[in-house]
Amino acid sequence: MDKFKKSKQKSILSWTIAIILATIWFVISFLPFIFMIINSFKEKFEMLTKGVFQLPDKLQWSNYMEVLNGGFLNYFRNSVVVLAISLILLLFIAACASYPLARFQFKLRKSIYAMIVACMSIPVHITLIPVFKMSKSTGLYDSIWALIGPYIAFAVPISVFILTSFMKEIPREIEESAEIDGCGKIRMFFSIILYLSKPGLATLAIYNGVNMWNEFSFAYTLTQSSENRTLPLAIWEFQGQYSMNIPMIMAVLTLTLLPMIIMFIIFQDKLVKGMTAGAIKG
Amino acid sequence: MNQKSSLIARRKQSTNKVAVLFLAPVTVLMIVYIFYPIIDTFITSAYRWNGISTEKVFIGFNNWKKLLSDQHFWIAFTNNLIIMVLSIIIQLPVGLSLATFLDFGGKKTTVFKVIWFIPLLMSSVAIGFLFTYALATNGGIVSTISNLLGRGNIDLLGNPKTALFTVILVICWQFIPFYMVYFMAAFTNIPVDVFEAARIDGATRGQYFWKIALPLLYPSIKSAAILSMVGSLKYFDLIYVMTNGGPGTSTELMATYMYKQSFKTFNMGYGSAVASGMFILITMVSLITMKLMNGRKEN
Repeated sequence: MDKFKKSKQKSILSWTIAIILATIWFVISFLPFIFMIINSFKEKFEMLTKGVFQLPDKLQWSNYMEVLNGGFLNYFRNSVVVLAISLILLLFIAACASYPLARFQFKLRKSIYAMIVACMSIPVHITLIPVFKMSKSTGLYDSIWALIGPYIAFAVPISVFILTSFMKEIPREIEESAEIDGCGKIRMFFSIILYLSKPGLATLAIYNGVNMWNEFSFAYTLTQSSENRTLPLAIWEFQGQYSMNIPMIMAVLTLTLLPMIIMFIIFQDKLVKGMTAGAIKG
Repeated sequence: MNQKSSLIARRKQSTNKVAVLFLAPVTVLMIVYIFYPIIDTFITSAYRWNGISTEKVFIGFNNWKKLLSDQHFWIAFTNNLIIMVLSIIIQLPVGLSLATFLDFGGKKTTVFKVIWFIPLLMSSVAIGFLFTYALATNGGIVSTISNLLGRGNIDLLGNPKTALFTVILVICWQFIPFYMVYFMAAFTNIPVDVFEAARIDGATRGQYFWKIALPLLYPSIKSAAILSMVGSLKYFDLIYVMTNGGPGTSTELMATYMYKQSFKTFNMGYGSAVASGMFILITMVSLITMKLMNGRKEN
């Protein structure tokens, strides 16, 4: 059990301190969620008349019912549609771009790659006004379709970065033997490379999926009416509606967190790894 | 000989054609949504424009002159820098400590891992709202605890002196799990042999961490720092939701200032200047840090 040589007493002491500190951070991490969940079941004034951490008299599912009937499912549907379309297009476009950047030799390869990857640190705010203008002039403003273009564009740099390094790892021999069999470069991409890149694509789907699901700046700028807004803005809209009814807002927050928790339970370590994928740099 | 070289040439040509075909979608997308907008923002910064009317007045560098002497903008930039420094000082060490604890603790500490990870699943907007209420003067978590100790309510977000630091702590709460997971991945990249060798040579856990693991983690710490820096300079959602830059200018950031100028008071021309200034500053800071960090690596 004891992997390291050391005096027993000192070890017990340091573990005790470590566990105390770990527990403190555990409480700090968890307390806001307890606050959120407990209060989401209370009646409007119950929270203020009684203590914040007191359990509610009885579980008020009515808050949840009211939120669900108050358009929540519509926000949810909008988010799902935007996410699905953006993600499929993004993965395809990023894979297309990464293939020549990883496997071909041509003149501008390095500069094109550098150009795309350099865009990772560009803040969305520099593009906000022009994209707003464009969506107005194309008539996409205030519809979920306005979000898809910017979502994909801002996810491309990191995706190309990850996918290019992933495709570089695919052994040359596979490609060479396919080429001898008369497989052209385009067919090679669709029937071999894309298939072998599946794990990389999965990581990207998770990483970008979480970011798009939670995206705020574009969604807030490019949509206006509540029936066209996505889930992160649902909280915003509900807050306007129920500003004094804190339990109701806590119910909204709990409901927006729920899909992510479910995804976390299903995918666990894959999700954890995928979410930090963007950080794994040379 | 001649035939062979022409064959190579033809092959090269076909490679180029396929490359162009595959890179076309990405190029169009980046031009439309990133490169053109950047240029357009710089152009718009030379106009006075409210974003709605067709009337744009060319005013040259006036917006830029205003920006350079705009106290509000520089306060925002300073706040960004404070967030940047404190984020690195708080998030990386805490994230690394949590990761070390989980790495040393193994399977027994899974409960900690799961709970510590959850904040990362929440959107910034949701976190912003949650903490607006959790830190409220009446019925917030901190006020409740302070009341138990007999000290009365505490108004953390409404007080200009404490607002920025409170917001920074919330940002840390949100991102520490990210660095935790990130450093956990870095720990698993340390070869088992290294760990075994240290054990056989009789190293204690402390020695293993400080003398062996930490130097091996250095590249990861470096890129985590870069990531945290660039992220802090772009920061927007959470603060926009929680404080909207207030009270006064105490939590104003470049991004929140830009947004309010452009879409709340409809000074799109000046908003563009703010966005361009922000772009230049972020590019400069990231270039300088990359250069400094890479320079050290070569030495």
